[in-house]
Amino acid sequence: MAKHTIVTLVEDKPGVLNRVSSLFRRRGFNIESIAVGHAEIPGVSRMTIVVDGSAVSVEQVRKQLDKLVNVIRITDITDSSLVARELALIKVRSTPGTRGEIIEIVDIYRAKIVDVSMDSIVVEVTGDEDKIESLMRLLKGYGIREVARTGRIAMQRGIAAPSVSEQKAHTRPARAKKAAEPEA
Amino acid sequence: MKLSGAKIICESLIKEGTDVMFGIPGGVLLPFYDTLPEYPQIHHILCRHEQGAAHAAEGFARATGRVGVCMATSGPGATNLVTGIASAYLDSTPMVAITGQVARPFIGKDAFQEIDITGITLPITKHNYQVMAAADLAATVKEAFHIASTGRHGPVLIDVPSDVLIEEAEFRYPDKVSLQGYKPTVRGHPAQIKKAAKVISEAQRPLIIAGRGVLISNGTSELKELAEKCQIPVVNTLLGLGSFPGTHPLCLGMLGMHGDAHCNYAVNAADLLIAIGMRFDDRATAKVSGFAPTACVIHIDIDPAEIGKNVKVDVPIVGEVRNVLKALNAEVEQKTHGDWLRQIDAWQRECPPQKIRRTTSLLPQYVIRQIYDVTRGESIVVTGVGQNQMWAALYYKYDRPNTFISSGGLGPMGFELPAAMGAKVGCPDETVWCIAGDGGFQMTIQELATIVQEKLAVKIAVLNNGYLGMVRQWQQLFFGRRYVATPLSGPDFVKVAEAYGIAGERVTDKALATAAIENAMAHDGPYLIDFQVEPEENVLPMVSKGATLCDMILDKPKEEAVAR
Repeated sequence: MAKHTIVTLVEDKPGVLNRVSSLFRRRGFNIESIAVGHAEIPGVSRMTIVVDGSAVSVEQVRKQLDKLVNVIRITDITDSSLVARELALIKVRSTPGTRGEIIEIVDIYRAKIVDVSMDSIVVEVTGDEDKIESLMRLLKGYGIREVARTGRIAMQRGIAAPSVSEQKAHTRPARAKKAAEPEA
Repeated sequence: MKLSGAKIICESLIKEGTDVMFGIPGGVLLPFYDTLPEYPQIHHILCRHEQGAAHAAEGFARATGRVGVCMATSGPGATNLVTGIASAYLDSTPMVAITGQVARPFIGKDAFQEIDITGITLPITKHNYQVMAAADLAATVKEAFHIASTGRHGPVLIDVPSDVLIEEAEFRYPDKVSLQGYKPTVRGHPAQIKKAAKVISEAQRPLIIAGRGVLISNGTSELKELAEKCQIPVVNTLLGLGSFPGTHPLCLGMLGMHGDAHCNYAVNAADLLIAIGMRFDDRATAKVSGFAPTACVIHIDIDPAEIGKNVKVDVPIVGEVRNVLKALNAEVEQKTHGDWLRQIDAWQRECPPQKIRRTTSLLPQYVIRQIYDVTRGESIVVTGVGQNQMWAALYYKYDRPNTFISSGGLGPMGFELPAAMGAKVGCPDETVWCIAGDGGFQMTIQELATIVQEKLAVKIAVLNNGYLGMVRQWQQLFFGRRYVATPLSGPDFVKVAEAYGIAGERVTDKALATAAIENAMAHDGPYLIDFQVEPEENVLPMVSKGATLCDMILDKPKEEAVAR
C-alpha cells in the first residue's frame, strides 16, 4: 500500500466529478483528497486525486477511470519527479498574550496571516502535507477552531505533461511504486 | 429545418438504422408517442413491463448484433428498466435506453414521477446523458449509438425532460462523433501479437477459451482458422457458446462451475491459455488462486481494464478480437498436438459429458436434448437463469454464432421470455425457443400478451420442477437439504397460455416429450409446453463453492449422506 497521486483531465461538464468519485467508491477505493479546477485548455478540468492502494489495484482503477467517456487523460504521476502543494486556512484561537507567539510560528513556516480578530487569527499556509500537518501540530496548543484544506495539487517537473504523454498507456505493466517525495 | 425534440429523436433513430423499439409510454413521454405515428419506419412494440422492454432490447441486440432500443417513462418506468440495463452492461450488449424525465423546471423538485435515473444508472451504463436542450438531441443520439456499439459494447441511457421533447431546434444529424475521451484500441499491438505467436508455437498443451468478445467482433471464422491451423482445442465460456461450432471436433464444451469435466481438467493441465474476448468471471475460473496453475496466459480483449483484473496475464493484447485474430493467424504456424488431444479425449471417456441418466421419469436434460434433435440444432435458444440455463448450455450444441442467448453476468430471472421475444423480432425467420424455469417464467410472464399482440411465434419450454431449482440444489448440497423458500407453486401454465391466446400442452410422460416439441414446431404461432420434470434433478458436474475447477461433484450425490 502506498499513496498514489493521479492526475486526471476531464471534460468540464455537469456530473463528471460524480462519475469519477462514484467509480472510486464502486471499486472500493478511498479517496484521500481530490482537488478540481480548470486546466490550461478551455472546457477541461484537472483533477488531482490522492489514493491509498497497492500498485496493481491503483492500476486497475486507473484503467477503469480511463474508460469513462468524459475522462480525457489519466496519469499516475507518483513515480515522477513532481511538485505537489496544498493550501490550508487555519483559524486559531488567540489572545493578546498569545498573538505574538503565533505570528512567530507562522513566520517560521513562511505562512501568512490573512485575518485577525479580537480572539482569533486565520493563517494561510501552502506546502506539502507534512508541512501543513506540522504547522497544525504547533498551533494545536492555542486551539484550532477551523481548518479548510484544498487537498493536494501536483504537477510533474520538466516538460512531461499528462496532456501529451501517457496517451496509449493501456497495457503498460504496473511498476513498483515509490512513495511520493514532494519538496517542502 | 426546425423540428420538435420528439421528432429529432425519431429522425436520429432512423439515421441510426433503428426500425424497432421496445417501450411503454407515460405522462412525460406523450409528446414523443404523439409524434411516433409520423415515423412508420420505427415499429414500436408495447411491452407489459419495462423490465421486459429492456430484456427484449437485449435479446434483439444479442440475436442481430445491432443496437437494441428501449424506452420508458420517468420515475417507475425508468427504474423498471434498471435490471435490463444492468444485464446489458455486464454482458457487453449494445443498447440505447431512452427515458422520459419531468420538465426542466421541475427537475430537482421531487416532482411526480421524478427520479434521478442518470444517477441511478451511472454505475451500470457505459455512459449516460441528460439532455437539457433540444438542440443537443441529435448529437447525443449519435454519440449514444456510437458508444454503445464500439469498443466494448454496452448500454447507454439518454434521459429527456418532457419540455425538451416539445422544444424546437434545428435538426442536423452530425456525420461523425468527436469524443476526446473515448478512443477504443481496435488493433492489437504488433509486437504483442508476435510474442503471442511465439508462445503458441512453443506450447505443448495449448487451450483456447473463447468468450462473447468473439461473437461481438464477428470473429468466429478467424477463431476457427486459429484453432484448426494450430490444432488447438477450444472451450467456451457460457456467453461464448456458439463462437466456435459446438459440433467441431476441436470444440470441447463449456468450462466453469457447471462446465464439462474434461474442459475443466484441460484448463487445469494446459501450459498455455489463449483467452479470447472473455473476462475470467468467477463462475468460469472457480477459485482464482488455483486456476490454470501451469498455464502461460495470452489474453485478447478490447477492454484494457480486463487485462490482469482477475488473472495474471503473460501476454496481453488489447484490441478487437477479430482484428487481433486476423493478425495472429498470419503469424502462427501450423502445428499438431496429438498427445494433448488424446489426453483430453481420455478425460472425456472417463467422464462422458452430457450423459443423461437412464430413468423412466421426465428429465430436464432429456427435454433439452429432444429440442436439440427436433430442431436439428438450428434454433436460437434463449434461456432464463438457473438450472434451465445450465442445461440449455450443456445439452444443446450451438454451431452458429448468436444462437445461444442468456444473461450471464447479471443473471436476472425473467430474462428468458422478453429476450426470446426480442430475438424473434430481430430474426423473424429463425426458430426461437425460450427455455424457462417455472420460477423465472413467473417473473415476466406478462410478456405473453406482447407476444400475442405482435404475433411472434416464440416456442416456450417451461422446465417445471416446482422449485427455484438452482437455489434448491445449493440447499441440497451445502445447506443440509433444508429447502427454505424454494418450493414453488405455479399456475396451470397451459391454461395461462390459453388465457393469453397461446396454444400449448402439458407433458408429464417422457414418451410424449418429442411429440410435444414436434407439435410446437408444426404450430403456426407461439406455443407453450409445460414439462413437468423430475423435481430434484441437479445440474452436474458442479464445482463446489470456493473450490478449484478440478474439484467437481460429478455424480448424483447420495442423498442420505447429505441429508441432516
